[in-house]
Amino acid sequence: MTPKRKISLLLAVTAALSGAALLLGQDIRDFITKNAGKPALAVVEFRGSGSQPQMAAFNSTLFSDLENSGLFELRPRSSYPLDNPQRPEDLRPADNNQGFALADWAGAPVNASHLVFGYTAAQNGVLAVYGYLDETRPSNPQAAQLLGQRYVGTLDDAGAIRAAHQYAADIISKFGGSGSLLGSRIYFVSDRSGSSEIWAMDWDGTNQTQLTTLKSTSIMPAISPDGSRIAFTTFAKGTPGIMIVDTETKRVVPFYNQQASMNATPGFTPDGKQIFYSSTASGTAQIYAAQVNGQDFRRISHREAIEVEPKINPKNPSMMLFVAGPGHQQIYQMSTEGIGVERVTNGEGEASNPAWHPDGQHLAFSWTSGIAKGDFNVFVMDIGSRQYVQLTHGEGRNENPTWGPDGRHLVFASTRTGKSQIYTMLADGSQVKQLTTQGVNRFPVWGVK
Amino acid sequence: MNMPTRSLLPTLGLAMLLFAAGCSKKAPIPPPPPAPAPASQAPASSAPAAGRATISEFSVEPSSVERGQSAILRWTVTGATDVVIDHGIGTVPATGTRSLVPAETTTYTITANSAAGPATRTATVTVTTPQPPAQPRPAANPRGTLESRVLSDLKDAYFDYDSNNIRDDARAALQADADALKKIFADFPAATVALEGHCDERGSAEYNLGLGDRRASSARDFLVSQGIPADKLKTISYGKERPTCTDATEDCYQKNRRAHFAAGQ
Repeated sequence: MTPKRKISLLLAVTAALSGAALLLGQDIRDFITKNAGKPALAVVEFRGSGSQPQMAAFNSTLFSDLENSGLFELRPRSSYPLDNPQRPEDLRPADNNQGFALADWAGAPVNASHLVFGYTAAQNGVLAVYGYLDETRPSNPQAAQLLGQRYVGTLDDAGAIRAAHQYAADIISKFGGSGSLLGSRIYFVSDRSGSSEIWAMDWDGTNQTQLTTLKSTSIMPAISPDGSRIAFTTFAKGTPGIMIVDTETKRVVPFYNQQASMNATPGFTPDGKQIFYSSTASGTAQIYAAQVNGQDFRRISHREAIEVEPKINPKNPSMMLFVAGPGHQQIYQMSTEGIGVERVTNGEGEASNPAWHPDGQHLAFSWTSGIAKGDFNVFVMDIGSRQYVQLTHGEGRNENPTWGPDGRHLVFASTRTGKSQIYTMLADGSQVKQLTTQGVNRFPVWGVK
Repeated sequence: MNMPTRSLLPTLGLAMLLFAAGCSKKAPIPPPPPAPAPASQAPASSAPAAGRATISEFSVEPSSVERGQSAILRWTVTGATDVVIDHGIGTVPATGTRSLVPAETTTYTITANSAAGPATRTATVTVTTPQPPAQPRPAANPRGTLESRVLSDLKDAYFDYDSNNIRDDARAALQADADALKKIFADFPAATVALEGHCDERGSAEYNLGLGDRRASSARDFLVSQGIPADKLKTISYGKERPTCTDATEDCYQKNRRAHFAAGQ
């Protein structure tokens, strides 16, 4: 190695260290905020033909779905022209700011990059929605249309809300947003019934229902990739063991617990066919893998350190994260054959709860970041560069972040109001919403259904 | 050695008869404690050099006891070079007594060896099991129930943060616990005791589950090294799910970082 190369290496190492110390990195910032290229949407009020009372539900659902996606900047309606197009035929190449030309929406004061418009009608007893999405920049309206779709629903609020969800999901998918939150559910642990049981709710916090009635302590759930099975750790049989329940029938699905004082923290592989978990079968808690029914278990790791929370990479199923010692708990990675163990977090403080982003490139996790023990906050890290950003800031303990199927929302547990409750937020830490209020609610995970 | 087995059969039959009859008799009062073994035994030289050893007495009193009660084995041998009793009693003086708490009906065989060959005799103690609804036995364990003994006699062992090392104060506590456990298991031979591992609220719940398991097994390993049978101790980690206090103070954290005892089934 020449002296010159030595110096450049040293510089690179110094740069990497100072980058880590600053908690900054433009790539991870871009990933988190996507502010630079955020489309600016103008979303007009849809009108029904005749008096349709469900239009209020339709318009508010469409608007909030688009806003909640975190993908867009929604332009204020006070800036809109007085008139707006309802059909593509209404659009003209040029106008004098009456609202029927795309240029009226592209320019001040609206400054929208895209226009969301359309109309609804009651046809043969069903609600029909004609929804469009146009770019505002092209001068030719024919070249501007990105989406033109008919949606149908029942002639009531429920039908209008469903049509609005589908329309919003189609708009979001035009901007690269994948994995709609529509129909997704959040599973969590609540003690509101008197014991820690597994519960489920819709992703917006509605329809909270109890899945287990074990009257024991059941914690640390993991949801299968298809949302059909919830695996968790329970004291129902004395020592901590793994149990799996069908999310629809609420019935227990067989899982063989090997002989050990503890089998805990299960996690599914991306194909849903295997379970990785932590077991004390050979002494200290270590990572094991088994078929989804618990059979054919095998030890993955042979380190003399407490190892829990195996999380298999969704895009590269031969790579996993886990939480382990020695020393204070940190996040590590290794192959699913137990080789190539490498620490991912920087060794400071205590790190836990790694959760893969659907892209397999980023993880959310909780970390004390070297400050007082137990004061966890939610962070997001790029696994390649190890750059990270902090999403919560000193409001109680913030733990167990997991990603929504859209890859833009996170659910997590926080003690910011006293007892632990479940919250969602966008990946940049904005739009924090509290979903639970009754009892102590912990360990949220987000399933596709 | 068919003898002991054969002699057992009629005794067993008798025991079953007694059992079937309802066993309403009061348990016999145990005899007074045995006198200390004779300080001096007949010198070997006084025995006939080529004579055969004589077992003039080998008995057990009472010949029938309820499970958990003691019986006295008594023997007198002359002219033997050594005297051995089976069932783990081993070599004994030529004359002596031994207090026994047999778990089941047992036939003891005494063997008196001499130059002319061994002489043997047997004695059987029948152990009856009280019927389930038999009169309560408040006197069985005058020192209370298993639960109350575990609660009052066994002290928690405490740990440092994120550690399962047995520190000096924990070592002292566990040494005292080992002595107390021996007494508890003597009074409750069928009992097992659970060793719970607990953690303070810092660290993640998942990691603490693993840490609690390590604390419980460290304490178990120490107790086993002090002579407690491993199969009498069952470990269970509660992580930080069952704190004994919930304040965010080091005092409270220390109370929660512990190995705690609970009565088994």
